[in-house]
Amino acid sequence: MRVVGQPTRFAARASGPAERMAGFMAHLRLNGLRIGVEETGAALEALAMVTATDPYEARLALKAVCTGSLDEFAQFDDLFAAYWLNRGRERAGKSAAGIESKRAASAQSAQDGNTGGGRADQPDAGRTGEVEQGGDGRLTGSRIRNLMRVDLREVVSPADMTDACAVAERLARAIRDRRSRRHKAGKRGARLDLRRVVRASLATGGEPVRLFHRARPDRPVRLVAILDVSGSMAVYARVFLAFVKGLIGADQSTDAYLFHTRLVRITDALRDPDALRAVNRLSLLAQGFGGGTKIGANLAAFNRHYAKRLVGGRSVVIVLSDGFDTDPADLIGAELARLKKRGCRLIWLNPLKGWQGYAPVAAGMAAALPHLDLFAAANTLASLAALEPELARL
Amino acid sequence: MSDWRELQGQMRATGYVATDDLAMALHLALMLGRPLLLEGAAGVGKTEVARTLAAIRDTRVIRLQCYEGLDAGHAIYEWNYQRQLLAIRAAGEGGETGAAVEERIFSERFLLARPLLEAIRQPVAPVLLIDEIDRADEEFEAYLLEILSEYQITIPELGTIRAVTRPMVILTSNATRDLSDALRRRCIYTYVDYPDRATEMAILAARHPGLEARLLGQIVGFVQALRKEDLEKVPGVAESLDFAAALAGLGVNDLAGDAVALQAALVTLLKTQADRAAVPTEVAQRLAGKAA
Repeated sequence: MRVVGQPTRFAARASGPAERMAGFMAHLRLNGLRIGVEETGAALEALAMVTATDPYEARLALKAVCTGSLDEFAQFDDLFAAYWLNRGRERAGKSAAGIESKRAASAQSAQDGNTGGGRADQPDAGRTGEVEQGGDGRLTGSRIRNLMRVDLREVVSPADMTDACAVAERLARAIRDRRSRRHKAGKRGARLDLRRVVRASLATGGEPVRLFHRARPDRPVRLVAILDVSGSMAVYARVFLAFVKGLIGADQSTDAYLFHTRLVRITDALRDPDALRAVNRLSLLAQGFGGGTKIGANLAAFNRHYAKRLVGGRSVVIVLSDGFDTDPADLIGAELARLKKRGCRLIWLNPLKGWQGYAPVAAGMAAALPHLDLFAAANTLASLAALEPELARL
Repeated sequence: MSDWRELQGQMRATGYVATDDLAMALHLALMLGRPLLLEGAAGVGKTEVARTLAAIRDTRVIRLQCYEGLDAGHAIYEWNYQRQLLAIRAAGEGGETGAAVEERIFSERFLLARPLLEAIRQPVAPVLLIDEIDRADEEFEAYLLEILSEYQITIPELGTIRAVTRPMVILTSNATRDLSDALRRRCIYTYVDYPDRATEMAILAARHPGLEARLLGQIVGFVQALRKEDLEKVPGVAESLDFAAALAGLGVNDLAGDAVALQAALVTLLKTQADRAAVPTEVAQRLAGKAA
């Protein structure tokens, strides 16, 4: 959790170079970069090796030392300018919001053309041009967006969250545990294949010269959760988010996304060990939370940007959505078919299915049905828990 | 001229056009003695950095290709069981005592050094390339971390082997999974993106010096435009180099002029059936027209 009252110590107000650097590191840390004491030391060392008085060189050097992932890499230049060139806002919290929204915006720009801002109180399908990108307008733009975002901290109640997490972890384990328990003859492996070793040793006069192994084929299943947080799903979103957090917690390789009018990867945010900060980051990512829905377009974006890297024959993709879409329905069908071609299994959890007399007549849902391996209800935690045997069988 | 510019120049001289980000990161990794973690899409020249560095430092590349299920036996060291068994057998016939045999079969002669052990035992510091680290398991990542921070390997039967020289370590990742924070923090990081127009021109000019300037511009323009299309597999730098070579081989000197040759050369850029279908002759001609 950020301490809102703590201002960034700007470079111009610090007394010496060491203090300025310490201030910069604190500034990076406040903005979510993973920086420790060791990095500060390394950064000073790095600066000693370049012409530190040249801002360009200093920026390149600090960037190489202080960043550790694409997100951080992309946001570093702005953070650097904000601190050293005094272009930032006075308070770290606000400046952080600017950066986070930049990050969200870059996730957004990944979906070429399909921009559309979300507002909690009005449907927004097809509305474009929410952010004034470019130049100096960004930080100003971020304040408006800031007010628009829905605070998920209040949305996710602690009790529901714990329950949903527990259920999700059980489900994730049910899916994963189907990996092979058998031992097969393998080139290497922890165990010796005694039968074959003895058999082969006959040829060498009883000396086991050639060794054979038995290995356990490891077939861990990889989970990908795609969560719909559009207006129609808003009432379920809080518990589903907790559910997805549970899925993530069960396993390092699980991936999670949420979408409304655009798709956002939330794996990193959910992995944050600080639960409050995780929720905080999420609420920044989920601008547009409760807005319109573009299932087809979002699945397309997922296919285009993430699926080729992350979805394979051993993946299980879980979509949590009610299937109400503002895009043409056949797009959903086509994109699911494309996803299915990667060999993954598809599970669609629909909260409406638990209602009495529900039929999947929503055009999107009807188009999706032929591609699904499992279509199940998800309106209560109990119905989610009931999925366990089904998933284990899948 | 500063050191990292010099390094950039040396890389340029061996035919690798490095961005400022990359050159600075590599420079710092070398100066601070830290591993360099390169992330980026396939085919943007991550692996090539290691070869270039080896060429500059006039040393060898020791490569460890990671894959799912990679274990210590294939990455660090393994005992040569067969030789050990034969030695035991021979010793038994020679009447040697058990303790002496044991002493002998757990000596370096019976050790098979795999890339990581090999890398720390070189008299001249090699470039250790750990390719596609994201494909290895998390357990292996943890083990790797230990070696990268200590530069020593403990073999229970032999004791600890310390590094003779510190290898220059370069890790590459295609980001198919998230690497652990601990590993990221150990490394100097840089993201290698698809090159911009000027950089790609420079790369092509460095690798295919015979290309005509006008055709070069067309090729780069075409590839850059193609990357913006909705493709399953976006062509990387390796592909555009192939593309240029293919065009040169086909004797094309104007991209927009020869539709058939262009379509034929596209096999070097588009690697899936869906992508081929997405770029029919008309689209290719439109892109070529724009590039020209």
